[in-house]
Amino acid sequence: MTQYIYYPGCSVKSTGKVYEESLLSVFKYLDTPLKEIDDWNCCGATAYFSIDESEAFGLAARNLALAEKQFNGSKNLHIVAPCSACYLVLKKTQDYLNRDQELRRKIELGLNEVGLSYESIVQVRHPLDVVVNDIGLDKIKEKVTRPLRGLKVACYYGCQIVRPYRDFDHERNPMTMDNLVEALGGEPIDWPLKTRCCGGSLTGTIEEVGLRLSYIILREVRRRGADLVITTCPLCQFNLECYQERINKDFNESLEIPIIYFTQLMGLAFGISDKEIGIHRLFIPITKLAKLRKGGENVYV
Amino acid sequence: MFETKPNNEIRIGFYVCHCGHNIADTVDVKEVAKYVATLPGVIVSREYKYMCSDPGQELIQNDIKEHNLNRIVVASCSPLLHEHTFRNATEKGGLNPFYFHMVNIRENVSWVHEDKKEATIKAMDLARAAIKRVFFHKKLETKKVDIHPDVLIVGGGIAGIHAALTLANAGKKVYLVEREPTIGGHMAKFDKTFPTLDCAACILTPKMSAVKNHPNITLWTYSEVTKVEGFVGNYKATIERKPRYINEDLCVGCMACIDECVYKEGKYPDEFNMGLSKRKPIYIPFPQATPQVVVIDPETCIYLKTGKCKKTCVEACDRNAVVLDQKPEIKEINIGTIIIATGYQFFDPSRITYYGYGKYQNVYTGLEIERLVNASGPTGGEVIMRDGRKPKSIGIIHCVGSRDVNTHLWCSRLCCMYAVKLAHLLKEHTGAEVYNFYIDMRTAGKGYEEFYDKVLKEGVHFIRGRVAEVTDWASTKDEEGKLIMRVEDTLIGVVRRVPVDMVVLICGVEPKDDAQDVRRIFNISCSTEGFFMERHPKLAPVDTFTDGIFIAGACQGPKDIPDSVAQAGAAAAQCMALIDCGSVELEPNTAYIVEEECSGCKSCIQLCPYTAISFNDEKKKAYINEALCKGCGTCVASCPSGSIRQNLFENEEIFSEIEGLLSPAFEYTKEN
Repeated sequence: MTQYIYYPGCSVKSTGKVYEESLLSVFKYLDTPLKEIDDWNCCGATAYFSIDESEAFGLAARNLALAEKQFNGSKNLHIVAPCSACYLVLKKTQDYLNRDQELRRKIELGLNEVGLSYESIVQVRHPLDVVVNDIGLDKIKEKVTRPLRGLKVACYYGCQIVRPYRDFDHERNPMTMDNLVEALGGEPIDWPLKTRCCGGSLTGTIEEVGLRLSYIILREVRRRGADLVITTCPLCQFNLECYQERINKDFNESLEIPIIYFTQLMGLAFGISDKEIGIHRLFIPITKLAKLRKGGENVYV
Repeated sequence: MFETKPNNEIRIGFYVCHCGHNIADTVDVKEVAKYVATLPGVIVSREYKYMCSDPGQELIQNDIKEHNLNRIVVASCSPLLHEHTFRNATEKGGLNPFYFHMVNIRENVSWVHEDKKEATIKAMDLARAAIKRVFFHKKLETKKVDIHPDVLIVGGGIAGIHAALTLANAGKKVYLVEREPTIGGHMAKFDKTFPTLDCAACILTPKMSAVKNHPNITLWTYSEVTKVEGFVGNYKATIERKPRYINEDLCVGCMACIDECVYKEGKYPDEFNMGLSKRKPIYIPFPQATPQVVVIDPETCIYLKTGKCKKTCVEACDRNAVVLDQKPEIKEINIGTIIIATGYQFFDPSRITYYGYGKYQNVYTGLEIERLVNASGPTGGEVIMRDGRKPKSIGIIHCVGSRDVNTHLWCSRLCCMYAVKLAHLLKEHTGAEVYNFYIDMRTAGKGYEEFYDKVLKEGVHFIRGRVAEVTDWASTKDEEGKLIMRVEDTLIGVVRRVPVDMVVLICGVEPKDDAQDVRRIFNISCSTEGFFMERHPKLAPVDTFTDGIFIAGACQGPKDIPDSVAQAGAAAAQCMALIDCGSVELEPNTAYIVEEECSGCKSCIQLCPYTAISFNDEKKKAYINEALCKGCGTCVASCPSGSIRQNLFENEEIFSEIEGLLSPAFEYTKEN
């Protein structure tokens, strides 16, 4: 049987807290409860890799080794990493360790010192992939209690879950989330910026560049008439939601687009309570949406 | 191992070639010559700078006379290159040419090794094996076979048409087989041709009708070659003529049947107009189609699909040419030579999702534009986009599916020119602003650069940069409703957004989807990218590795019209060289039966890939037709009683060669 083990990473424990809340609730609702890895550490993110690559690989590999140790014996072990950056770093680590024997030897020596080993058993998965391809859209349709009828959703994938590893979707025009929205009863909009950069950490470093990139996405979402954006990544969600006020000021705009996680949207369709999926924590509330759409009573709120 | 000793005294001449630096830099040729001189039977052992040169060949001839030699071994390059040369020299010296044997110490030694000492020892080993082998060589005679004078040409594009006319005008009988309902190929779809801008139809259609009317050409369209057997000079081809549901001999192309079809309007995408217009299930591809014969598409004809229709087409024809129960027809022909001119296909741009072909309706392929600007095209030559508007600005993207690690690595060679031509035609037809996005302009060819210069002066914009994406997300008011081309202009070093009404994708040239199947039918090879492979990239560009089969046009690699025509002429000349010579000499490496040992078990008969073995019922023995035997050796190895032998590969020859190769390695002690 497939064994899923949950690797949260730092973001979903802080700024992306609602991601974790909604993810765990939704997986529980879908009869696939997730158990967290004990004693996990930072994935290394992009920052550590630019300082010392092999140490960064060691950091990420420790998480993989921990998963294998804690689920000893399971041959079908999947690490579920909701944060796009964690997902990519863990995948990259696996890939490099498989290809570079020299690196692998070095990392294994390090792991052995702390009583760990990495056997390449565990697979790295994004929860979106698990939801759509393992649990399946049929089951999801069955579980929907409040279909998102009439809701126009912009599915925003960000850059990291489809590039460079194209494990479960197309690198330029992914459709997994769009199909999910349809299964939930909503209307995914067709738009060309699904995997365009949100600005990433530039919003914190070269602000004007980062904000501009976020603005391009938000403006196009409004132009296409979407009611809200769903994302798969804590940094995308943070950039697009928390900077909207600032973007409005800088670009003389009046944007007010809710940015939520795909797991929150699932929770809404499943009828899970707002508190369990972190709706109450949003900066840009979704309560107005019902009034915006005709036949509002059919919409989730 | 073999005690058999030849009767006469064996006197061997051995020659090792420097091949300039090619061999001598890696193999110590002096040492090789010195060593071989010590071997039994060797009378003369020499090294020489270029054995293939005239003085090199004379060396062999003189030695044969002077030293009374009766075996010759040359250690040099591949037998593919010079075996023939040295056999001739041996013959001129007065010996049977098959007393000669060649050792390849270039491709097999000097070009693949770096260590001079090791390489020299290997060269010595190979030489020793050859010396041992030639002891058992026998006098052999080459066989001559007649060349059947008829030619099969596969593919009726411009290359096939030109080759067919060249041969037919020289008095040769030609079968031209084309898969589509008409000949003409891609060229028939083009509007004008670069760099002279003469109309493609005006220069092509006279040649098409010349093909149809030529007494020496049998034209079979809507037909495919399904099987080819035989060998150079004596091929037998099977051709399937697909049913077009029209009697080709009776139809005069009056099109009354088309008018009377139960479909009042065209309903299905017209292949000739790249789907930009509609046709009926019964149609003629285009006004100058050759032959001028109607065809019925079984995929869309109601009667052929369901068996239920008023069959108004049958009634409409006063010549009774509509035959709805027509069956495929199989033709078998004998020919001596074959030209393959099956052409190419354009890269499918929907594979590159970020250019939006198939997603945005105003993104077109180059071939679609050819039809759009053509006077007999779907819009009568007026450039009207799929949304009904006329473009005021047009972006042309070069290298779509060319020079791209994600799709095809090669340069498709003709696209820069056809992009420039389309830029000119579009500007002429619409007056729009036209932007070309290129990586490098490659306009090599007579009059090509001048044409590019002319179009530059017409005010067409050229922006150097590979377009990143074609999108419809607008960032300003001006961009609303436009297709935006995002590109890094590498000449001024900035990222640009160029909003346009229409985008044209200049798709690269790739091998046809079924090139591998065709390759198998004709037993020829493909190079890595999938185009048919020529025998030599420089010196035998239209030959293949199968004698008597030639290639012409873009099936060999991307090629424009002038080059395709030149190659077609060359292929026709190669066929004529064989036909006019009348016969061809075959290598006498054939298998033969030792009758007294043959038990008549017939196991060899099934195995022969060339059907060269038959069974003699009177003698109860197998019989090998030497003209059909290609010397593959399959029967020799499989004969349970060992009663099949093969010239040039006799047991004694092979075993002594192996023995020579495996005998204790020579201790090469020279200090270097």
